[in-house]
Amino acid sequence: MDLQNFWDVYGNLVLTLGTNALLALSIWLTLACGMLAVANAAFMGIGAYTAALLTMKCGAPFALSLAAGIIMPALIAVIIGLPVIRLSGVYLAMATLAFGEVVRVFILNAESWTGGAMGLNGIPQYTQWWHVLLAVVLVLLALWRVRASKIGRAFDAIRGDETAASLMGVDVRTRKMQAFVAGAAIAGLAGALNAHLTFFISPGEFGFDKGVEILTMAILGGTGGLAGPILGAGIITVLPEALRGLADYRLMVNGVILVLIVLFLPQGIWDPARFKRWLVPKKAAHA
Amino acid sequence: MLEQQFVNALSLGCIYALFALGFTLVFGVLGIINLGHGAVFMVGAYAALMTVIHLNLPLWVAIIAAMIAAGLAGAAIDALVLKPLRKRGAPHLIPMIATIGTAIILNNGAQAVFGAGTLRFPFGTVPEEALQIAGVKVTALDLGIIVLSFAMMAALLLVMRRTQFGRALRAIAESPKAARLLGINVERLFFVTSLAAAALGGLAGVLISLNSNAIFPLMGQDILLKGIAVIILGGMGDIRGAMLGGLFLGFAEVLSVAYIGSDMRDAVAFGLLFLILLLRPQGLFGKVVQRKA
Repeated sequence: MDLQNFWDVYGNLVLTLGTNALLALSIWLTLACGMLAVANAAFMGIGAYTAALLTMKCGAPFALSLAAGIIMPALIAVIIGLPVIRLSGVYLAMATLAFGEVVRVFILNAESWTGGAMGLNGIPQYTQWWHVLLAVVLVLLALWRVRASKIGRAFDAIRGDETAASLMGVDVRTRKMQAFVAGAAIAGLAGALNAHLTFFISPGEFGFDKGVEILTMAILGGTGGLAGPILGAGIITVLPEALRGLADYRLMVNGVILVLIVLFLPQGIWDPARFKRWLVPKKAAHA
Repeated sequence: MLEQQFVNALSLGCIYALFALGFTLVFGVLGIINLGHGAVFMVGAYAALMTVIHLNLPLWVAIIAAMIAAGLAGAAIDALVLKPLRKRGAPHLIPMIATIGTAIILNNGAQAVFGAGTLRFPFGTVPEEALQIAGVKVTALDLGIIVLSFAMMAALLLVMRRTQFGRALRAIAESPKAARLLGINVERLFFVTSLAAAALGGLAGVLISLNSNAIFPLMGQDILLKGIAVIILGGMGDIRGAMLGGLFLGFAEVLSVAYIGSDMRDAVAFGLLFLILLLRPQGLFGKVVQRKA
C-alpha cells in the first residue's frame, strides 16, 4: 500500500491521534501541578463550538476562529478557576466534572445557536494535517520549556506537597491557576482543530465519557514525562481501530488490554524511573 | 399534584441512594472512585431479566439473582484487578482507571451478548397494584423501592455501627495500615466490601429497570454520573449522606422537571452540585477533614 492510499484510509485516524495527544497534554499539565481536574472535555467543547460558530455564522478566517477557540475556554477557565482552585483532591475532580455536565447541558439547550442534540453540521474542513502537527509540536515545545523552568519546578513542588511548597515561597494559587487556564487553552485548541476536521460536532462528544477518556490517555501513558500522554493518546486512539477484526468483541478486548496495561505497568507505560532501573545494574542502584 | 410529585421524587431518590450506597461504601473503605459501579448495576438488571424470561421464576427470586450476579462481578473485579493493584502499591488514580477498563469490558460484553437494543421485562412481571392514599397513587413498585432502600441503609448502618465486622471496616477506612497492625484481615474485608457494594448496585439495577422498564448495555453510565453527584452531596464515604444525597437529587430532579421543564433537569442537578461544592466542598452533610501537613 503506497503512502497516498494509506493516507486516504487512515488520514483521519492520524489527525484524531494528534488532537487526542493535545487533549492528553492538556490534562497532563494540571496533573503535573497535582490537580485532578477533569473539565478538559468541556473546555474542548467550548473551543470547538466557539471556533465552529465563528467560522459558520460570521465567516471568520480560520486563524481567527482558532484563536477564539483557544481564548474563550481560557477565559471561562479563569472565571471557573477562581472558586474551584481552592478545592483539592477528589473534590476538585467532582467540581470540574459537575462543571463539565453543566456545559454539556447548556450546549444541548442553547438550540438556536448550537443546534442542540442534533449538533452542528457542515463545518468547513479547514484543518490541514500540518496544522495538527504544528499544534502538537508547539505545545510539546512550550510544555518542555515550562517543565525546565522555575514554573515547572514550582509545579513539581506543589504536586509533592502543597503545604511545603507554599512554605518555601511558591505562590500555589497562581501556579495552579496558570496550569488550569493553560490546560483549558490547549483543550480548546484541540476542540477547534477537531471541529474543522470532522465536519460535525454534537454535545455528546464532550461529555463525561470523553473526559474520562482524556484522563485515561494521560494516566495510561504515564504522567512522569511528556512522552507519556502522547503514547497514551496513541494507544487509546489506535487500539479500537487495530482490533477491528474482532467485530462485536472489539471494544471488550479493548477494555481487557486497558486493564492489563494498568495491572502490569501501574506507573503508566512511559516511566522514566523504570527505564533507569533497567539501565543501572541492581547493585549500583543500591549504593 | 404536589403530593404525587413527592412520591415520584421519593422513589427516584431512593434508587439513586441505593446505587450510591455501594458507591460510597467502596470509596469509604477502599478509597477508590469505582467507575465500574455502573457496570455491575447493569449486570444486576440483565441477571434479573434472564431469570424472569428464561427460568420463569418470580420477581423476588430475580432480585436475589441480580444481587448474586452483581456481587460476583464485583468480587471478581476485586480479586482479579483491584487486589493485584493493591499488592503492587499502585498510585491512587490507577485503580480508578482500572475500574474504567472493567466497565468497558462489562458494558461491551453485555452489548456483544444481548445486543445494543433496549430489552423489557415481560408484561405482568411488575405488580400493577396501586394504593390510593389521600388522592396520591403509590404503586406496589414505588412502595417496594422505598422500603427496600431504607431497609438496606438501616442494615448497613447497623452493621457498620454495631458489629465487630463494621468496626473493622471503619478502622480500615481510617487507615488500612493501622488496621492491619491491629490484626484485622484487611484483604478479606476489602473483598467482602467489593462484593457487598456490587450486590447493592445490582439491587439498584433491578429496581431502576423495573421502574423505567428499560434494560440496555449502557444503562449504568448515566446513573454513574448521578451516583457521583449523590456521594458528593452527602459527603464522600458517608452512608447516611448517600441516602440523604440520593433523596435530595431525586427531589431536585423531579421538582425541576415539574416547575422549570424537563430539558433543564440535568443542568439543575449538576448546577446545584457545582454550587454546593464551591460553598461546602465537604458535601451538604459531610464533616470537614483537617488536612495533616
